[in-house]
Amino acid sequence: MSAPSATPLLAIRGLRASYGKVEALKGVDLVIKPGEIVTLIGANGAGKSTLMMTIFGKPRARAGQIEFDGRDITGAATHDIARMRIAQSPEGRRIFPRMSVAENLQMGADATNSNDADRTVSLERVLTLFPRLKERMTQRGGTLSGGEQQMLAIGRALMSRPRLLMLDEPSLGLAPLIARQIFDAIRILNREDGLTVLVVEQNANHALRLAHRGYVMVNGLITLSGTGTELLARPEIRAAYLEGGRKT
Amino acid sequence: MDYFAQQLINGLVLGSIYGLIAIGYTMVYGIVGMINFAHGDIFMIGGFIALITFLILISMGLTAVPVILLVVLLVSMAITAVYGWAVERIAYRPLRHSFRLAPMLSAIGMSFVLSNFSQVTQGAQVKPIPPLITGGHSLYEKGDFVVRLSNVQIVVVITTVVLLAIFTWLVSRTRLGRDMRACEQDQTMAALLGVDVDRTISMTFVIGAALAAVAGIMYLLYYGLVDFYMGFVAGIKAFTAAVLGGIGSLPGAMLGGLAIGLIETFWSAYFSVEYKDVAAFSILIVVLIFMPTGLLGRPEVEKV
Repeated sequence: MSAPSATPLLAIRGLRASYGKVEALKGVDLVIKPGEIVTLIGANGAGKSTLMMTIFGKPRARAGQIEFDGRDITGAATHDIARMRIAQSPEGRRIFPRMSVAENLQMGADATNSNDADRTVSLERVLTLFPRLKERMTQRGGTLSGGEQQMLAIGRALMSRPRLLMLDEPSLGLAPLIARQIFDAIRILNREDGLTVLVVEQNANHALRLAHRGYVMVNGLITLSGTGTELLARPEIRAAYLEGGRKT
Repeated sequence: MDYFAQQLINGLVLGSIYGLIAIGYTMVYGIVGMINFAHGDIFMIGGFIALITFLILISMGLTAVPVILLVVLLVSMAITAVYGWAVERIAYRPLRHSFRLAPMLSAIGMSFVLSNFSQVTQGAQVKPIPPLITGGHSLYEKGDFVVRLSNVQIVVVITTVVLLAIFTWLVSRTRLGRDMRACEQDQTMAALLGVDVDRTISMTFVIGAALAAVAGIMYLLYYGLVDFYMGFVAGIKAFTAAVLGGIGSLPGAMLGGLAIGLIETFWSAYFSVEYKDVAAFSILIVVLIFMPTGLLGRPEVEKV
């Protein structure tokens, strides 16, 4: 189950980025190996979402380096990074509201998954994981419920045949049952397809149980890292992120 | 009644021309959120390129009208598209992340540049051409009154319908069309999915300019003349059409174009020619008071 210690798929070193005058990332180091589920936990405003977006060059890194599969992608254009098959289900889901569900999924496939046969396989996979989307194919994205939009955002990311899937708060605002469906889907994708996943979460309990390894982010810096179980056992983690959380 | 039918035909033809230009305004507004004030002058450039191509073809001894039309259509669409692309590249893209008014001011400047460029290189006089498409059909005759559908009118309407069909297919079915709609709805997300946003915006200007070129050709065929100033009034009318239809809505642009064409024609026919522009703009004001998003514009409510 533990990932092979090959060359990292994603290696981030000393990454700094800011929004205007506010420095959101103050020198972040993070490594994801192929086949791993890595989670990044931290409070609101710690810089988790900024880190995800900075990997895509929005905003641009002010210092440091981002390497994907041994290639430096620090200054690359956002669409070129996406075309290397890094996919993201971003903060706020960002479904295209005036496109049908089918078209939203097609948008995910357009840039990197243009072969008809491959695309059919990807679509089958997405619809097996999220059968609910099948009933909604012709509906506009903007009319879906929150849970369905989340499924669509993940499905759209999967349509690109990603080598690295990044999910920003996939359980945010969802009913527990639906959140569990989504975490199950991530687990299945990792186990059966060998997909490498980075999950940003506020729900530390769920995330650390899901992930092989985790990073804790505080004010734009990584303060702790370790395996999921190690982090779950740390008293400061329990105090800061699991207080009041359900411990099922 | 016969008089009404005749005016209806005239109005629809004029409206087709406005509609083709209006699409360019509404597309650019949808994707970059600016009014491309130079678009009317792109239409004028299209008319001039059509004129020049006509004269070259005729001086080469070509007489087959369908061939001439096709060549003129392709050549002016292509060259005008380059103008549209260049305008975006030179005047708008460098200002895209500037303050909101900057691209608009730049657009007004570009409008002057294009019309003055035509004035200097082509002269300020009106340039007529001999009618290329002659004849027509009498649909109805009663005494000395005839409802006529001229061949030029048929060509204008058919060309418009065919181009709109191609354009609708492009926007709704192709990858480029999807990319354009994605950029219109969420540029950041489009980029995260591998869409080259700059290229997509360029293509939007290219397509808008090509359609404006078609409108320029239609104008040239229909009125038999072009001049360096024609982009101004036609541009404002088409912009009005886009707003009337609901800025950002493609069917709205066409509908608005037809509406403006009909209003103008009927007003001229039944009331006074002098006040036709007043009529068109008055209707615009009334519509906007009661339907602020235009006829087919969408209210800005989306589930988040």
